[in-house]
Amino acid sequence: MEEESDSRKINNSFLRDHNYATEADIISTVEFNSSGELLATGDKGGRVVVFQREQESKSQPNRRGEYNVYSTFQSHEPEFDYLKSLEIEEKINKIKWLPQQNAAYFLLSTNDKTVKLWKISERDKRPEGYNLKDEDGRIRDPSTITSLRVPVLQPMDLMVEATARRVFSNAHTYHINSISVNSDLQTFISTDDLRVNLWNLEITDRSFNIVDIKPSNMEELTEVITSAEFHPRQCHTFAYSSSKGSIRLCDMRQAALCDRHCKYFEEPEDPSTRSFFSEIISSISDVKFSHNGRYLMTRDYLTVKVWDLQMENKPLETYQVHDYLRGKLCSLYENDCIFDKFECVWNGSDSVIMTGSYNNFFRMFDRNTKRDVTLEASRENSKPRAILKPRKVCVGGKRRKDEISVDSLDFSKKILHTTWHPHENIIAVAATNNLYIFQDKVN
Amino acid sequence: MEVNAEARRILAVSISKLYASRTQRGGLRLHRSLLVSLVMRSARDIYHASRESEAPGAPTPQEPMDSSPSSEEQKQLPPQEAEPAQTEPQCALSPAPQTAVEAEECACDSEITEDKENMSPAARQSRKRRSKASAAPDFLPSKRARLEPGEERYAAPLGSCRVGASCITSCLFPHNSACCASL
Repeated sequence: MEEESDSRKINNSFLRDHNYATEADIISTVEFNSSGELLATGDKGGRVVVFQREQESKSQPNRRGEYNVYSTFQSHEPEFDYLKSLEIEEKINKIKWLPQQNAAYFLLSTNDKTVKLWKISERDKRPEGYNLKDEDGRIRDPSTITSLRVPVLQPMDLMVEATARRVFSNAHTYHINSISVNSDLQTFISTDDLRVNLWNLEITDRSFNIVDIKPSNMEELTEVITSAEFHPRQCHTFAYSSSKGSIRLCDMRQAALCDRHCKYFEEPEDPSTRSFFSEIISSISDVKFSHNGRYLMTRDYLTVKVWDLQMENKPLETYQVHDYLRGKLCSLYENDCIFDKFECVWNGSDSVIMTGSYNNFFRMFDRNTKRDVTLEASRENSKPRAILKPRKVCVGGKRRKDEISVDSLDFSKKILHTTWHPHENIIAVAATNNLYIFQDKVN
Repeated sequence: MEVNAEARRILAVSISKLYASRTQRGGLRLHRSLLVSLVMRSARDIYHASRESEAPGAPTPQEPMDSSPSSEEQKQLPPQEAEPAQTEPQCALSPAPQTAVEAEECACDSEITEDKENMSPAARQSRKRRSKASAAPDFLPSKRARLEPGEERYAAPLGSCRVGASCITSCLFPHNSACCASL
């Protein structure tokens, strides 16, 4: 397995020989940095792999900056909580980049219990000419040293090193589901099922609890927090989503403990669609502010909704991701697929939204033209430079030639994690243990 | 009775899920356990509603529950347009536009009445409330004995005694109840 650690499939430029996937290789999060130059992935084995876009060269104008592995490191290790006799998984739940402020890159990565700040820096020079040790590192016999010299920096092969600069731990009783960096670039929040904690990036031994929805009697628990995010522009505003399908917007200036929301977004349930599984499918799995800060997008099991921050009683837009699954909720409950947490993402201009589905399908919705498309991330359909063909799921009756019927969908192939380049039309899609990067057509 | 059978199946599946989650790596997942328990609660309510005798004018909170399994059945039937037509004659309600809920409730009630007639005396007897201690139903894990997944208990018919909320939550939060003191 070790020899495969760097052989992630990127840009469809090389293929794996074998199809089996070890569980540790399953990608659990993907995230572009704020310039789009770097792309980070985290996996179930606790590793982070960072890809860097190569510089576009004039000699090869057709190669539009492909992504290559830049750095790989083990972010989290499995741990054991002796007090509760619980194993803490090393799976990376979320990665968030800090905007670049100097030559090094910084990212936050988290597993279920601990958040870490990693510094990724390049080293292309090394000092040579030490006095006390020779070039191989062996200590020199002091009696042989007759003169002093000043070590000189000599160029070396580029080395990219990742070091853990901060470890933010022991603040969460429940499992961390999200982290979000504040626009003030000084603080961030980490969120578990019942609490949201505010940290200062410099201080690791203290965090402030700003939301706590734990009931005094756990038997009265009806709702958990599923995701939280800071507003992209207002450093005092954040939103968190719940398992009941509601979103709360909070203002940290109001009170130290933000248990009372400023805005409460919820759409009343449609009683005609009520079923055993109504609660599960209304649970929000992801919440994302738009880049302009005017809208919120939420993903529940069957839909993506865009909310206007000024309108709390219903979403502005609702998009059906895979409504054909509505009649299959019972089987999806039995095979656990109904608990899958899909993410959703905005494009740079907030005009298109994207989310994943099953059978390695992912969907894009254009908010302006109201057109949508279903695409598939699969090795067979993705030769380099190939144009992805739109896919269609046939819901009943006659199946056309290129359509796929609902019963033929492979529910083990799910796209939970996707990310969109902040400025360009480049998307990264994680399909189990494979990473696909798609770009706009090159003319 | 389909609603009953479906509710039973979902209940059994939910319990096995809760049980399996105990040994899952990374500890009990609160969110998932909560969702499973919500489904279980719905299934349990349907199951009990369908086992006990209900007056045709069932109390309002029952309505959403009653409509749900029927709506699932509806989906399995061919064209949905036929469904309201089928339920109307059964209920003998006015042909004026019915809400889907009313139609389904009628369908449920008529099914409930039928089932009651066919219920075995032993099952009917068990409507009697029993204390929690003596009521330890077969399918629920007892606090004392440790069950292995796949044991016979799951195959046993569901007892009809009411499962207290605390019983469900005690299987949900064994760890959290221990760590409450430390928080």
